[in-house]
Amino acid sequence: MTDSIKLHYIVPGDDFTRAGAASGDVKRNLKTLGISPAVIRNVSIAMYEGEINMVIHAGGGEIDVEITETEIIMTLADKGPGIENVELAMKEGYSTAPDNVRSLGFGAGMGLPNIKKYTDEFEIDTEVGVGTTLRLKVYIQ
Amino acid sequence: MTVKDIAEILGAEVVCREDLLDTTVELAFGSDMMSDVLAFVKEQAVLLTGLVNPQVIRTAEMIDMPCIIFVRGKRPDEKMIEMAQERDMVILCSQLSMFTACGKLYEKGLKGGLAR
Repeated sequence: MTDSIKLHYIVPGDDFTRAGAASGDVKRNLKTLGISPAVIRNVSIAMYEGEINMVIHAGGGEIDVEITETEIIMTLADKGPGIENVELAMKEGYSTAPDNVRSLGFGAGMGLPNIKKYTDEFEIDTEVGVGTTLRLKVYIQ
Repeated sequence: MTVKDIAEILGAEVVCREDLLDTTVELAFGSDMMSDVLAFVKEQAVLLTGLVNPQVIRTAEMIDMPCIIFVRGKRPDEKMIEMAQERDMVILCSQLSMFTACGKLYEKGLKGGLAR
């Protein structure tokens, strides 16, 4: 694996049932490449939470994944409402998700904290009214 | 214990992947909140849930869960069953409540799959 592998996904914003399809695909790709299960798990959970966030809050978005010899880089970008108070959003249990999202099993205020927990590098760039971009890295040990 | 043992202890119906009933499991996690499943579960745990939507299967997929047990008589639809089949997951359906199902399994030696 000398060159990096690049994957691109468009996450539709109107179909909750399809949220997670991109993460599932990345997971299968990593498995094929023989990446360790622990790394795959971290990438899968972080990206899946990000994908769910895009559908719940932002009306969809785009995800780029780059797999190099040493790390997996995920960039999740949306043109949603942005996050007003990032510090609050990073707190476990803080959620702005509507009730109907909770009845679907999400919106517990664990999304961003989970993403941070399962990645080695976590960068969030958000502007109200413009959108949010997450840059995530998981190291391959 | 095996997934087959779980089905017997709960008197649960095997909905799909009967061929994988011999899979061994040691841990379980019971929740209707998928975010918590993602946050707290160790690998190879089975999931007990009363939530029925495709994200239950996706959540289980992300953390390699071999088996999902739907409690309180909940039933997944055909689409969900198909998704589970493709992902090598056994689906069990039990009439028991979450509390009773968890209690019965705990009593027989299954442990909580909490990661922290």
